[in-house]
Amino acid sequence: MDSKISEAAARTPLASSATTGLKIVIVGGFGVGKTTMVRSVSEIRPLSTEETLTRAGQDIDDPRGVEWKSTTTVAFDFGRISLNPEMVLYLFGAPGQERFWFLWDRLFTGTLGAVVMVDTRRLADSWYAIDRLEHHRMPFVVAHNRFGETTHTLDQIREALDLSPDVPLVSCDARQRDSSKAVLITLVNHLYALSSAR
Amino acid sequence: MAPRLEDENPDRLYMVTGGRSNVADDGLNLVTLIVSECDPTPGMQSEHVRILRMCTSPTAVVEIASELRLPVSVVRILLCDLLDTGRITARNPRPAPAESRLPDPDVLRQVLVGLENL
Repeated sequence: MDSKISEAAARTPLASSATTGLKIVIVGGFGVGKTTMVRSVSEIRPLSTEETLTRAGQDIDDPRGVEWKSTTTVAFDFGRISLNPEMVLYLFGAPGQERFWFLWDRLFTGTLGAVVMVDTRRLADSWYAIDRLEHHRMPFVVAHNRFGETTHTLDQIREALDLSPDVPLVSCDARQRDSSKAVLITLVNHLYALSSAR
Repeated sequence: MAPRLEDENPDRLYMVTGGRSNVADDGLNLVTLIVSECDPTPGMQSEHVRILRMCTSPTAVVEIASELRLPVSVVRILLCDLLDTGRITARNPRPAPAESRLPDPDVLRQVLVGLENL
C-alpha cells in the first residue's frame, strides 16, 4: 500500500456537477492483479480505506462503545472514473477472504456488478468468491489475468471453475488500460443483457 | 507511513465518535457524494472541519474515509452529525436497493458510453 506524502495536494476533486456515484467490485486473491486493474483505468492513484468488523460475542452491557474495543479490519483499494459530468464510477479492489464477505451487506449493497479475477495457481480462492457472489445474487464476469501465462485455455479455466455457460469469461492483461477497460465493458454488457431480459 | 487501523487505539475511535458505534439508516453508502453547505466555525471538532474543507467539491464517503484514515462506519457517524445540522448535504441519498435488484438499463447505457470513451 502506498504511503501518503501529500494527501491534500494529491487529491483530484470531482466536477461540481457530479451527482451520482456507482460502484463495481473487483474480487480476487492476493497478487492476482486487482489493484493493477484499478490503477490502469482509474483517473486517480488508487486509494485505500479500511472498515472495522465487530467480533462476535461483544459485551453489550459495557457502556463504553464496546464495538470499537474488539474489532478487526478489512482493507480495500479503490479508484474512480468520471463517466460523464454527473456520474462517477468507483472501482473497488477487494480481497475475497472470508472476513470480507461479512462486510458485503454493509458496504457493497447496490453494487452494479463484480469482476472475479482468477489466478490459475489458486483456483480455490475463485471458487469461494463465485460462491459468495451467487449467494448475494450479485451478477459477475470472470477475468483471467494472464501475465504472460498461456498454459491454460479459457475452456480449461471454465471447466475447472465449473462456470455456468451464462457467465462471461475473458482473458486480460490488467496492466493494460484497454484490456482492463474491455473487462469492464464485458461486465456492463452482461448486466445490460440481464437487466433487459427481465 | 501512517499507522494502520489495526494498530489504532480504540479509545481514539471512541473519542472521535463520542462513544457512538451505530447510526440509523442514513441513506449513505460508500459512493454517496457529500457537499459542504457552510464553512467550518471555531470550536468545531477537527474531523468535521476537515470534512467541510474537503467537500467544497462533491466527495464520495469512501474518499473522505480514506483521507481521514478512519473506518467507513466512523466517518458515517461524523457525516450524520453534519447532515443533521445542515452543514453538509448528500446528493441523491437513496436507501440501499433490494439485494437482488438489477441496475436500471438506462443507467447501464450511460455507464457503457462513459467506459467506451475512456
